[in-house]
Amino acid sequence: MDINMIFGIINIILIGTTPLVFAAIGELVVEKSGVLNLGLEGMMLVGAVSAFVTLVVTDSYFVAFIVSLISGLVMSGLFAFLVLYLMANQVATGLALTIFGIGISSMIGKRYIGTPIEGLSPYFLIITSFLVVIFIGYFFKKTKLGLIVKAVGESHDSAHSLGFNVIKIRFLSILFGGAMSALAGFYFSICYAPMWQEGMIAGRGWIALALVVFATWKPERILLGAYIFGGVAIMQMNLQAFGVKFPGQFFNMMPYLVTILVLVIISGNKLRIKLSAPACLTIPFNKNQ
Amino acid sequence: MKKNTLPIIIILAILLGAGVFFISNQNNVQDTASDQKKIGFIYIGPPGDHGWTYMHDQGRQTMEAELGDSISTTYIENVPENADAVRAIRKLAESGHDLIFTTSFNYMDQTLEVAKDFPDVKFEHATGYKRTDNVATYNSRFYEGRTIIGHIAGKMTKTDTIGYIASFPIPEVIRGINSFYLAASKVNPDIKIKVIWAYTWYDPAKEADAANTLINQGADIIVQHTDTFAPCQAAEKAGVLAFGQASNQEQFCPNAHMTAIEDVWGPYYAERAKALVDGSWASQDTWAGMKEGHVVMSDYNTKILPADLIAEAKAMEAGIIDGSLHSFAGPIYNQEGELVVPEGSVADDGMLAGMMFYVQGIEDQIPQ
Repeated sequence: MDINMIFGIINIILIGTTPLVFAAIGELVVEKSGVLNLGLEGMMLVGAVSAFVTLVVTDSYFVAFIVSLISGLVMSGLFAFLVLYLMANQVATGLALTIFGIGISSMIGKRYIGTPIEGLSPYFLIITSFLVVIFIGYFFKKTKLGLIVKAVGESHDSAHSLGFNVIKIRFLSILFGGAMSALAGFYFSICYAPMWQEGMIAGRGWIALALVVFATWKPERILLGAYIFGGVAIMQMNLQAFGVKFPGQFFNMMPYLVTILVLVIISGNKLRIKLSAPACLTIPFNKNQ
Repeated sequence: MKKNTLPIIIILAILLGAGVFFISNQNNVQDTASDQKKIGFIYIGPPGDHGWTYMHDQGRQTMEAELGDSISTTYIENVPENADAVRAIRKLAESGHDLIFTTSFNYMDQTLEVAKDFPDVKFEHATGYKRTDNVATYNSRFYEGRTIIGHIAGKMTKTDTIGYIASFPIPEVIRGINSFYLAASKVNPDIKIKVIWAYTWYDPAKEADAANTLINQGADIIVQHTDTFAPCQAAEKAGVLAFGQASNQEQFCPNAHMTAIEDVWGPYYAERAKALVDGSWASQDTWAGMKEGHVVMSDYNTKILPADLIAEAKAMEAGIIDGSLHSFAGPIYNQEGELVVPEGSVADDGMLAGMMFYVQGIEDQIPQ
């Protein structure tokens, strides 16, 4: 194995892991504010299809990027409205958002399946994904706003009595998560596999969700987890091509298995889970109560 | 809190309903006159995959065009190969369909389960081997096409390394690898084949990853047995060569696409629909290939392939059609060096249908 091949492998891992990083870091912020959005897969699909269709129609990567972000804001805005103002159950609404996203992305993209496009180089967004993670890490550790978001997620009643607008902060966090998911979708259909195919995210939204738990809600561990998950997937392909055979099903379920393992480990210790998960995760906030 | 419950339920219901609507509405059930025969299809992917399901849908359209008003057709797409398939097949059977095509290998037991409850409805299961009075099976000899692309790959490779993206370790796929390798090693004894099992038929990003991994390991030709054109696109980007899968994919990778093995289902579907209409339909097993026009090679790419190689490929096609060339002509040895097909004979259909071994020379193991 020469040095070029190693660089080649690293390159493939970087390309494949970036959408997980975007989606997971967005979801991390959402969960830090005390909201669980299970709609990642749906938002990623809508982000991917709107980017693709816009690119085909306008032939502009920039417009495609903007439209994709807007689609993420709309999808997550819808979710935020339902769970924050109507206090719908977050789990059910998130699942509905995924199902809705799968359906509507297929409908929008129907006429555009198989339209050839010129893919965009992924490297700018790969670098961006690292910067976003570093920024979010800094945001929670060093900025006042970051601490406020954390406070809202840990105890919305205390945050409220201190005078913070819980609903507004959660709304903005959810919108940020939506934008990141859409960016992951944009990356997917424009850079990673430049095409539109129905359901092309193929479950990566769920892996991103698992990643947040795996990372125990710490931004820098999102990178670690994403590159472990992505790296293992690519390494097993390399080993296969070298003639070493593994049961592939095992690698398909590995991200979930590892996540369950992490959950078991952190749940074994009551204090540790308290320190890890935002205390108000999935608990609705009603200021009139 | 309480006053908010109703709108939540309403909006949730709308949202859920809309999602389910968009998913389930993809089967365009049409109203039919009473004497018209209704024919349904179960698809594993969307008709727009430009691969396996796309070609079944083309076949459905050919059938509709040939039979006109005497039939009407329906399809349900994206049906998973699990218990959901039972529901989808049952839905078609219950809604008055006379003939139902289930177009993926792993719908086998689900098809039989529903067929048992609907003895008057006829079923056709693609690529399977279990038949009953109202369940027929059909398949195409795709491996014949793989003999031709194997020959081309053997002559075109410069690194003597072929990257092969396989889906699942089932006889259909293993047969394809063997057929490809036998032809390739005949013209290029040094050829090496690197196989990646993707464990999916349909995941463009994973297929692209697999293609890039193989290219990174020195493959200069990518062969795929998965359903999207992502591998061909990856090959185009990396400047190596590839073959299309199931349909002509040249538009997505014009500088990489040498040819493709096309699945042409139209004639078979039309024939079976005619049998249904005139009442002569009977359960049978059909395994047709190039000779019957079920397997067709796409136009050879003249920008890439030299004229004499195209002529050789065409001569091989003619040989397969007239029977003088067989993909599995002996002597063939397995990886343990045992003679499985003696000289002067060819592998019989039973061996081909259950092929779960590699031929000698393939440096790979079939995953268990």
